[in-house]
Amino acid sequence: MMTIDTIFTPWVSLAGGALIGVASVLLMLTLGRIMGATGILAGVLTPTTHPDTGWRLAVLAGMISGPLAVLAFSGEMPEIQVPVSLPMLLVGGFLVGIGVTYGSGCTSGHGVCGMARLSRRSIAATATFMVTTGITVFVIRHVLGA
Amino acid sequence: MRLFSSYLIGLIFGIGISISGMANPAKVLNFFDVAGNWDPSLIFVMGGALVVTFVGYWFVLRRAAPMIDAKFHLPENRHLDARLLGGAAVFGVGWGIAGFCPGGALPALGTGHFDVIAFVAALIAGIFAAKALMAMTGARAARVLRRET
Repeated sequence: MMTIDTIFTPWVSLAGGALIGVASVLLMLTLGRIMGATGILAGVLTPTTHPDTGWRLAVLAGMISGPLAVLAFSGEMPEIQVPVSLPMLLVGGFLVGIGVTYGSGCTSGHGVCGMARLSRRSIAATATFMVTTGITVFVIRHVLGA
Repeated sequence: MRLFSSYLIGLIFGIGISISGMANPAKVLNFFDVAGNWDPSLIFVMGGALVVTFVGYWFVLRRAAPMIDAKFHLPENRHLDARLLGGAAVFGVGWGIAGFCPGGALPALGTGHFDVIAFVAALIAGIFAAKALMAMTGARAARVLRRET
């Protein structure tokens, strides 16, 4: 695997994070729902177990419009640099799908919304995945040296 | 009204993800690569999102109900179990391999980047595989329970 150097961007990252927070608060204020990417996607994929798909599809459509809005404002698409191979993307994606389904959430649902509610489950889940992600990156980059 | 507000909320989220760097695997993986090309930007994403959500939720959850729904839909399970922690651990391994998480990848679909589409296809396959596995093990557990009682 190649590594790509990225620039430290504290201010835009902070602003981006604040917008993620604003969206999370607004979804709770309007519909009383957790802004979790996993839950919203799973709800759309398995509508029989999640009766209320309309708002989830609308949120998804909004999310996908995000990069286009950035393009319209700044004249540039947000940068997507992928330093991993296609098989790694597929294996990683499959594991993420299994993990978020068993773990009932991901970075947005547990890491932001759950932690902000001081949910024990979300704090434990976030601590767990931050550690296993860190170990995985270390092993791939520095042990396997891929 | 529900659909329009939900679309706008998704849009705000998508813009936030796009400018924060969460949709960029190179940046995400460099955040975790403390021993290599460390890029601490994601601490600021997490920090900004958490502070705003913590304060916002504090006000919102004092209401009796949300604005356009009868009640708040909050998870009631409070138990730490193997399913939660095992799932979170597997999620982390996948995130470390691919560099995309669902919240980062879904908005990134808007860029039309092939790698994002490939990741999301695998993510969806993983969600269906896990649901099928859960249904199978759930059915077996129910049979065992019936036999024992």
